[in-house]
Amino acid sequence: MGVAKWIGAWPVVRQLAGEDPRREGARSRRTEEIRPRTGEADEVVRSVCPYCAVGCGQLVYVKDGAVTQIEGDPDSPVSRGRLCPKGAASKQLVTHPGRRTEVLYRRPYGTEWERLGLDEAMDMIADRVVRTRAETWQDEDEGRKVRRTLGIASLGGATLDNEENYLMKKFYSAAGIVQVENQARI
Amino acid sequence: MAECHPVAFQWVMEARRRGTKVIHVDPRFTRTSALADRHVPIRAGADIVFLGALIHHVLSGGHDFREYVVAYTNAATILREDYADTEDLDGLFSGWDPGEHGYDPKTWHYQGGPETRRHPPESGARHAEVGGAHQYGSGGPVVHHHGERDETLEHPRCVYQVLKRHFARYTPELVEEVCGVPLEAFAEVADAVVANSRRDRTTAWVYSVGWTQHTVGVQYIRTASILQLLLGNMGRPGGGILALRGHASIQGSTDIPTLFDLLPGYLPMPNAYDHGDIGSYLADAAGTTGFWGNKRSYLVSLLKAWWGEAAREDNEFCFEYLPRLTGDHGSYATVMGQIDGTVKGYFVVGENPAVGSSGGKAQRLGLAALDWLVVRDMTLVETATFWKDGPELETGELATESIGTEVFFLPAASHVEKAGSFTNTQRLLQWRHKALDPPGDCRSDLWFFHRLGLLVRDRLRGSTLQRDRPLLDLTWDYPSEDGEEPSPEAVLKEINGTGPDGKALSAYTELQPDGSTSAGCWIYTGCYAGDSNRTARREPWRDPVVRDGEPAAMVAPDWGWAWPANRRILYNRASADPEGRPWSERKRLIWWDAASGTWSGGDVPDFERRKPPDYTPAEGATAQDALSGVDPFIMQTDGKGWLFAPTGLVDGPLPAHYEPAESPYPNPLYGQRANPARQRFERPENPANPPETPVYPYVLTTYRLTEHHTAGGMSRPLSYLSELQPEPFAEISPELAAEAGVRNGEWVTVLTSRTAVEARALVTRRLRPLRVMGRVVHQVGMPYHWGWGGDGLVTGDAANDLLPIVLDPNVHIQESKAVTCALFPGRRPRGAELLDLVERHRRAAAPAPIGDPPVWKEERT
Repeated sequence: MGVAKWIGAWPVVRQLAGEDPRREGARSRRTEEIRPRTGEADEVVRSVCPYCAVGCGQLVYVKDGAVTQIEGDPDSPVSRGRLCPKGAASKQLVTHPGRRTEVLYRRPYGTEWERLGLDEAMDMIADRVVRTRAETWQDEDEGRKVRRTLGIASLGGATLDNEENYLMKKFYSAAGIVQVENQARI
Repeated sequence: MAECHPVAFQWVMEARRRGTKVIHVDPRFTRTSALADRHVPIRAGADIVFLGALIHHVLSGGHDFREYVVAYTNAATILREDYADTEDLDGLFSGWDPGEHGYDPKTWHYQGGPETRRHPPESGARHAEVGGAHQYGSGGPVVHHHGERDETLEHPRCVYQVLKRHFARYTPELVEEVCGVPLEAFAEVADAVVANSRRDRTTAWVYSVGWTQHTVGVQYIRTASILQLLLGNMGRPGGGILALRGHASIQGSTDIPTLFDLLPGYLPMPNAYDHGDIGSYLADAAGTTGFWGNKRSYLVSLLKAWWGEAAREDNEFCFEYLPRLTGDHGSYATVMGQIDGTVKGYFVVGENPAVGSSGGKAQRLGLAALDWLVVRDMTLVETATFWKDGPELETGELATESIGTEVFFLPAASHVEKAGSFTNTQRLLQWRHKALDPPGDCRSDLWFFHRLGLLVRDRLRGSTLQRDRPLLDLTWDYPSEDGEEPSPEAVLKEINGTGPDGKALSAYTELQPDGSTSAGCWIYTGCYAGDSNRTARREPWRDPVVRDGEPAAMVAPDWGWAWPANRRILYNRASADPEGRPWSERKRLIWWDAASGTWSGGDVPDFERRKPPDYTPAEGATAQDALSGVDPFIMQTDGKGWLFAPTGLVDGPLPAHYEPAESPYPNPLYGQRANPARQRFERPENPANPPETPVYPYVLTTYRLTEHHTAGGMSRPLSYLSELQPEPFAEISPELAAEAGVRNGEWVTVLTSRTAVEARALVTRRLRPLRVMGRVVHQVGMPYHWGWGGDGLVTGDAANDLLPIVLDPNVHIQESKAVTCALFPGRRPRGAELLDLVERHRRAAAPAPIGDPPVWKEERT
């Protein structure tokens, strides 16, 4: 490249020379070479924003087994590609370093968290459900048949999937657990 | 709406661009107000007066949509002679029983209607059972289809005339006095609503928890329903009362309810008093006319989905396996049960009640009294860490070493690490595909609950106890791709339902009462029609869709799937006149096409496709056959929109203005100050601010910000969002700032009888003092997203700790939008001094020493 051409490629020179100073004239070679990371994704997965109930469409960009970007889905008749500050931050929601990926356990009267294996935790929780249910079971309440336990309660569901809520309600009802609630009346 | 549902607000802006007038009624000036034609500031807790005055305006001016009102509502129906109104009884309806704190609703019924059966007397927290509100699901209670009617609307006891008398004192002058809204502002709203509600125009009302979180929350919505029915704005494009909900699938978790009082599809949970067998449940749970007349098909199909082969005709399809209710088992009642030691184990799944629920101290005392607690979330929320960093440790009310709760924290998969469907605020199911596996020990809740069910069943295998049969007989085998997590599509197919051939059903009308079909949630039947996941459909849709000059699609029918039957506007039969013609070309949606003998148009008709407008039911007809061709509200037993609710509500058949439980004012309308039927918890964990006390002189209302989500579990751990809104603040007017001696940006302490919290003062004209009942009232606005710790990057006092636990008696939601508070400059004291401060004010306030100077003023000198 000749010196004149090299100098002539400088954005400031091009801007002074009359190219649109805020568009083409401002482009450097480095700018020209930059590619959006969305362009390099292995896969684009269609999803829905996890925050409020508007249900904005999301496109999840995945490369090498990691989420590289989450953007609004322009095809969505709900959102037309837009996301609010929360929806636009949802890549950080799934990738931020503070996310917990280990089971933690606090024993009664304990002062610190302890590590626990997932299988061990599941066994311990199942043991407690069985024990508490047996200890607090009511066949009757004041002479009326109730078939239930008031010893176990559950809260949550509005942030979960329909299929998850379904298994929760199904399992709890079969176990006689009636104190099942979520964010809908809070 | 622009703050909390900003992406949906683009459609309001779109409408405004096309000429729609946008009015924002809110105590605060927000981003919504900034983009509206008019902002109308209102005193929090006074909306029934505002809406009631609009009803009065419509009725007194003859502005109702008479043809719609006569044909489609119960305006013409005649009430019993012994019904007495709040106008007659100084704020009570007939049937009030002071001993039980509840109503006997029998006098509210239609003339000639059946006697409403009443449960045995209950009291206290169980008084809501008396009216039986949560027995009815969405079907509403039974009424006689052929009630006595006067279609001239002149009979003195017809609903129309009763309404006129009931709302006669809800005048613009009353709005000015009670709401603090000037006559001119109210007139502008009233004129706009009337001018935009007729054959060729509609008005929509949009609301959120600003209307629901009151001790009269259900009656707020009822008032809007009455107005919209009178104006003919229901079931029509551009009309309706639109709830904006706050969580991704809060609608789905109501339809498929993780709620105590419902079974999937708004079937009521059976109660111990009346539902001993399937026959008594079906006789009681909903009417025999309208689409709830098929409730046996919906219930039996659900029982088949849950108990499969074990559910047979000869054992009532395992109906006896369902546990029975005996009262309010909602989350606040549950917390009291924790404190009292009856509730020992607690699952908290994607929720943070230690920060997000009213009266946070009671929540934490409840958590500390448990045997075991399981928290599933993506980060450590305060509900998981209360034993280590909760505010009661600082005050000395709790000590880590003496909290016996065993806590399990299990990390959860994110929305991109699992497939599944959300149901959005417009009833639209949208499928999320899975992008990648969750990291480490993170698992979906589908995995967790399925695995838990397997492990519990393992432990009970071989049990001969009757109580274990429902778990052992439960259908719990789901196909799995990885051998671990059930296939979410298999679960969705079970929800959709299958026929005898195992294939997915197409519509809930295919469900059978004999056990030959199964469906986990009948209103979702069709979402998997043709064994194809309709919720995953993503056919783009661009506005406007016009082909050959005709609107080809007025909705986006091939994007996702909306319950029921992919209908986008409910009760849309009402978009056509009684003869089946659109009310106007401009507002047409569906119409009767005589040539083809079907309803057709731009949406799926919410009506039997081949039922003509002139159809008249035969004597003794049941289910949908009992509704005529002019009965658009097909889930109601009489097919009519209810201006007057003859039964189904526990606090009155009509809305009446009651002051919030905590209010600086008396009720100018009635001797009855607050909702007499409100649900109270009179316990030491839940002190109340006495009304009309100068100790707590200001109105406090809580709200959300664009940049945070609810109790912060999904926003405070994120640096982007934490930087945008780093700390709690209290919005106050310059006038209140001057009165309290606070400057913008300084610390301010807000105090109620529960606790005191500190925040930065945001002195702004967005909040302005209102003149109410002859004196100025100041309102304080506080966002509630912060908590003391957990994994949040930013911390702050939890505003919800200030709130009382006092509930709407119909649905048990708390009053968090209108309470009273004190406010003074500076940070709150720490440790035991905080308790002293709160206690001193409590003592000063009780019994309400009207006229005494507020305690904080003495302290400042």
